[in-house]
Amino acid sequence: MTEKFYYDNKIVRNFAVATIVWGIIGMTVGLLAAMQLFKPELNMGSQYTTFGRIRPLHTNAVIFAFVGNAIFMGVYYSLQRLLKARMFSDMLSKIHFWGWQLIIVSAVITLPLGFTSSHEYAELEWPIDIAITVIWVVFGINMFGTIIKRREQHMYVAIWFYIATFVTVAVLHIVNSFQLPISLFKSYYLYAGVQDALVQWWYGHNAVAFFLTTPYLGMMYYFLPKMANRPVYSYKLSILHFWSLIFIYIWAGPHHLLYTSLPSWAQSLGVVFSIMLIAPSWGGMINGLLTLRGAWDKVREDATLKFMVVGLTAYGMATFEGPMLALKQINAIAHYTDWIVAHVHVGALGWNGFLTFGILYWLIPRIYRTPLYSKKLAAFHFWIGTLGIIFYAVPLYFAGFTQGLMWKQFTEDGMLKYPNFLETLLQIIPMYVLRAIGGAMYLIGVIVMTYNIIKTARAGKLLANEPAEAQPLSKTYEAVGSDKKIHRILERKPMVFMVLSLIVILIGGMIEMMPTFTIKSNIPTISSVKPYSPLELQGRDLYIREGCVSCHSQMIRPFRSETERYGEYSKAGEFVYDHPFLWGSKRIGPDLAREGDKYSNAWHFNHLLDPQTMSPGSIMPPYEWLINQKLDTTTTIAKINAMRTLGVPYEPGFEHKANSHLNNQAKEIAADLRKSNVRVQSDKEIIAIIAYLQRLGTDIKAK
Amino acid sequence: MNMIYLLIGCSILLALMFLLAFFWMIKSGQNDDTFTPAVRILFDDEVAEREIQISDEDHA
Repeated sequence: MTEKFYYDNKIVRNFAVATIVWGIIGMTVGLLAAMQLFKPELNMGSQYTTFGRIRPLHTNAVIFAFVGNAIFMGVYYSLQRLLKARMFSDMLSKIHFWGWQLIIVSAVITLPLGFTSSHEYAELEWPIDIAITVIWVVFGINMFGTIIKRREQHMYVAIWFYIATFVTVAVLHIVNSFQLPISLFKSYYLYAGVQDALVQWWYGHNAVAFFLTTPYLGMMYYFLPKMANRPVYSYKLSILHFWSLIFIYIWAGPHHLLYTSLPSWAQSLGVVFSIMLIAPSWGGMINGLLTLRGAWDKVREDATLKFMVVGLTAYGMATFEGPMLALKQINAIAHYTDWIVAHVHVGALGWNGFLTFGILYWLIPRIYRTPLYSKKLAAFHFWIGTLGIIFYAVPLYFAGFTQGLMWKQFTEDGMLKYPNFLETLLQIIPMYVLRAIGGAMYLIGVIVMTYNIIKTARAGKLLANEPAEAQPLSKTYEAVGSDKKIHRILERKPMVFMVLSLIVILIGGMIEMMPTFTIKSNIPTISSVKPYSPLELQGRDLYIREGCVSCHSQMIRPFRSETERYGEYSKAGEFVYDHPFLWGSKRIGPDLAREGDKYSNAWHFNHLLDPQTMSPGSIMPPYEWLINQKLDTTTTIAKINAMRTLGVPYEPGFEHKANSHLNNQAKEIAADLRKSNVRVQSDKEIIAIIAYLQRLGTDIKAK
Repeated sequence: MNMIYLLIGCSILLALMFLLAFFWMIKSGQNDDTFTPAVRILFDDEVAEREIQISDEDHA
């Protein structure tokens, strides 16, 4: 009656190796980006390694490569054991593994080249988006295939989280990837302005929820009880917090857009649901920490459990801080500052990083059938990692409050106390240095772990196929007692479970998006707002390529401190032709929403050539390649056509006149530059980007 | 602005529905046995688990 079968450990090992390799790469790129914030020359004078291009490389590498591979490692290990079955198909496992690594490699190539959609955490261009969809479906088939051929009736709570992760990430990725391609590596989002912002942050926030949180909660529910050899504290709590977490999380996106041009009813919904999120988030944390009741003596001895405890605590802190940051009063100070960067890193380094390390230390010795090489090195990793997080986060919190308050400081005469943005930045540069030290400490810990794990693997031998045995599922299953209860029945029905979680996560997004897309009064039109000229459009795409949006917002909030500094606050109707929106989320430099006509063309030229000459102390890198590189005008026709398809009112036939229009405008700018003794040919990229910068915000600018 | 009254009404109604569902869940004994599923995963009886010798020896 009992069936013999084998767990596939090789695929788990492969994902583990990928986790470590990409983790080191992603964190090193992060460290490089962090150091460029106090030493811009560390871009090595190359456009491919400049902050605006490597910042998305860092975020993509740590989220989708490091955490992504760790998720698959944890899921492939726990799923097989929870279901008493080998993965559905070895071939699909292989396609999944190599496909995912290939996607990451393509990101490593395309992002430094400047191929970016500019949507945060979704920067990869459309062909890679399609590849991600295909591989994600492969993962889904492999997971559900395993669930279908399981030898265990009941699906443990970890699997619910895996199912919710699978369906929600699929929905998020697809909806946030609706783009109109104009060439192999360039596309425009279907949505514009306010709507694009709403979709992006619905996606962005739920990438945190369903890529960085739910799969890790699932892994926590499997690995923590196994490590402590204790059942999970409350199974009831896990049911409650699972459903409430996935239902509430999806609504929270608009808290990234408080005080922006997003309709305020949507902002309020985002705030309310963010506050409610404390409950289910802490439900998960409490369930994890209390699982260790009666096992705290083990925590003292065991670095693995220490990682889990600090990881869960970091999760608790980040999920308390998140709702606080979603309060409008706090957000008014924190938004656009380093406070947000500190917040996400407590989550990423503490929760995702430490759980990953804990699981690696526990799992590698098991599949290699040998004790961990050194517990002392693991303990060292734990302490330097914890100190690294503190040294990373505390200076950035300090930098965040300082700068946020300086931006808002008025003198007694009612003038801005720090009218020069740069002054507020120079104040916090020492904090950037400390942050980089914290990051370096954390990275050293990871390298020590790598050594420890290599030594462990060398000492043992991979048990590629681990024998196991279990009874097959009986065809005539009769539920008795508690197994007849509704949720317990649901716990035996994977497909119903998937559909139900899909419905639960669709509600919030639909209620927020449908009115924003359909009701006209949400985005009042402004008749003076006109489409970009061809040169400005090309300049805008260069702005996107260089990742300017990483450091410069284009969204002036309706505060006196902002209108004094930047000009009239931004209106929803100003962005109707912005495919994609470029509001940004961080001000390392000043906001640019009303940059047009503020300075002369020559100022912009000299500033881009060497920012230090115009603003001494500036940490913006020089962009001299914009002066040497010729603007590619072969794409103009396709771009105008694409924009018209998306509803931008270029008159019919304009695409054929577009390039001559472009040349004329470029010549005017070059002629104006010549008056200021700046000699540059009109066909260079810098002319286009100056044209774009001079256009920004001028449509409704009060003269 | 009038929308807010409708929204408050909807929210309270929804909250009440969740509350009733919660009470029903408790009363009908949906959670009478939350022990079995939580404990079962601990009894895997894995081969690898059996063969790892717990050792206090440190190599570093």
